[in-house]
Amino acid sequence: MTDLNTAPNLTDADGFYEALIAAHEGLTPEQSTALNARLILLLANHVGDRDILLDALRKARGTGR
Amino acid sequence: MADIFEQALYPYRRSPDQDAAAPARHPVIVVGAGPVGLAAALDLALKDVPVLLLDDNDRVSTGSRAICFAKRTLEIMDRLGCGQPLVDKGVTWNKGKVFFDERKVYEFDLLAEAGHRRPAFINLQQFHFEAVLLERLRELQAEGRPVEIRGRNKVTGVTRDDSGIQLTVETPDGPYTLEADWLVACDGAKSPIRSFMGLDFHGRIFEDNFLIADVKMEADFPTERWFWFDPPFNRGQSALLHKQPDGVWRIDLQLGWDIDREVEMREENVIPRLKAMLGEEAKFSLEWISIYTFQCRRMERFAHGRVLFAGDSAHQVSPFGARGANSGIQDADNLAWKLKLILDGTAPESLMESYNRERVQAADENILNSTRSTDFITPKSDISHVFRDAVLDLAEAHPFARPLVNSGRLSVPATHAGSDLNGEDALPGGPERTRPGAPAVDAPVGDGWLLESLGTDIVLLGINTSLPDMSGGDTLPVTVLTIETEDDRLGALRERYLGRNEQAVYLIRPDQHIAARWPTYDRKAISAALTAATGGMS
Ligand SMILES: Cc1cc2nc3c(=O)[nH]c(=O)nc-3n(C[C@H](O)[C@H](O)[C@H](O)COP(=O)(O)OP(=O)(O)OC[C@H]3O[C@@H](n4cnc5c(N)ncnc54)[C@H](O)[C@@H]3O)c2cc1C
Repeated sequence: MTDLNTAPNLTDADGFYEALIAAHEGLTPEQSTALNARLILLLANHVGDRDILLDALRKARGTGR
Repeated sequence: MADIFEQALYPYRRSPDQDAAAPARHPVIVVGAGPVGLAAALDLALKDVPVLLLDDNDRVSTGSRAICFAKRTLEIMDRLGCGQPLVDKGVTWNKGKVFFDERKVYEFDLLAEAGHRRPAFINLQQFHFEAVLLERLRELQAEGRPVEIRGRNKVTGVTRDDSGIQLTVETPDGPYTLEADWLVACDGAKSPIRSFMGLDFHGRIFEDNFLIADVKMEADFPTERWFWFDPPFNRGQSALLHKQPDGVWRIDLQLGWDIDREVEMREENVIPRLKAMLGEEAKFSLEWISIYTFQCRRMERFAHGRVLFAGDSAHQVSPFGARGANSGIQDADNLAWKLKLILDGTAPESLMESYNRERVQAADENILNSTRSTDFITPKSDISHVFRDAVLDLAEAHPFARPLVNSGRLSVPATHAGSDLNGEDALPGGPERTRPGAPAVDAPVGDGWLLESLGTDIVLLGINTSLPDMSGGDTLPVTVLTIETEDDRLGALRERYLGRNEQAVYLIRPDQHIAARWPTYDRKAISAALTAATGGMS
């Protein structure tokens, strides 16, 4: 089984974080939730692999611990 | 003339069985002359198995029920000798569109390849479908096939003991008793036979109501399946439009759970809903209005000794996906040949356990698909709604999101991949869709079609290879058929059955499911596969 890569992998961690928050600027909570949903779907498709996605769902559901 | 569903097509007639001193005994009694019971009776009659069909009614089903009949159903009906009249009467379609709010987000083609005799779907009112099957039954009777249908014969009790199955039947002349070796219960979702036998029927109820309106109108919508999520004319809900024969259109509007059904059904409330959808100027007349709710559930087992449940009596699905009648007809397709071999003594009675296993597997697949569609169409939580809308929102611009759009995964036949009737898959790199367990895929052969040349026996098919005669020795009727890929200009036969091989040998069951395949003829291997496919005797 392939595992989700949870080692640092972002080329510019701070830059990405800033862009993520900026993408939500000026949105209502509903609009933000919708954006997040679209983002998850886009990224999930990029990952593609079913095992990795299920592993990610498990890890996310476990609140990071 | 009265509409077809208003005519007593098989009126009650007193049968000599009602005056018999001792209950008359029949090898097979089928209860319920819906699409599934009719298909089972036709199949058995064609195999010369004497079959008695009982129904509490004397006519075909009224009102709006099934309209979408799938390719596999048409192929089964071809085998039963009535595919063509169904296609002639029906409206053929392969394509669909999906709308979200006011935008078209997605188009699909369910049969994007050539080289099939039958289309992905026809739309045809269930009463027309049943009427065609009844007509075929009359033809078989005229040919002297052993099939009888008795109208207004309502089964009111079923008991079983070592000597067989006893049925109490209520008629306009009072009750009488019948005995059967085998009973096929095609008596619908409320199956009285299931209740008489105290059997379970568990599953999930969906809290939603759908308004069905069949309207007659002149309209120039294309013959496609149109599905709307959250359209302006039915905010927060879904809608579906389908063309039927006779200038009739099926409109299906989701209403939600908290409604007053009686009020919603009133014409004065239905008409404005339809005008909102079709436009104020649209000229139409109402043929039928009903409201339905649905459930997804199945019996734990479909075979109880010699009582077999088939169709809605055994399983129920949501209508999204048109998997009700279509899957029930595959039940009939699956059980008829097994019953024939068992009654002929050429297969052990335990073969019927494979009916149970294969069709339970198919029912689970259908329930899974229709449950997933329903959860997409009617999201059950706020976040599920958010994701649903996100998928629809992305689908227009981003192809990746389109396979996630689920407005109904339309009926396809089950592949019984894990069935113990399957023999070896010894064809190196053989195409996936014709692996053992799969229903044979059609392809052009000369001026005709592969499926129509398979007939009703077990078939040993040689492609680009000759085969010796299989008759003699084996007790099972095996038809030997050889074809050449040269006979198919499209190259479909090669692609669907050979892959990169130059030749192949296929063993195909009477229901046209593939049992085993090899690169060359091997008498011993074929014998073993034949034994497995027929339940381990022969
Ligand atoms: C709105 C709607 C849309 C649908 N659309 C589709 C679709 O597009 N495609 C599709 O494949 N399916 C569709 N379905 C499902 C389809 O209608 C059913 O799956 C199908 O009718 C099942 O056939 P059946 O023969 O098992 O049962 P039924 O059609 O219910 O027939 C049962 C028969 O048994 C008889 N019977 C009952 N009790 C007794 C008794 N005690 N004695 C004697 N006879 C008895 C009844 O009179 C009846 O004739 C739809 C259903 C609905 C409600």
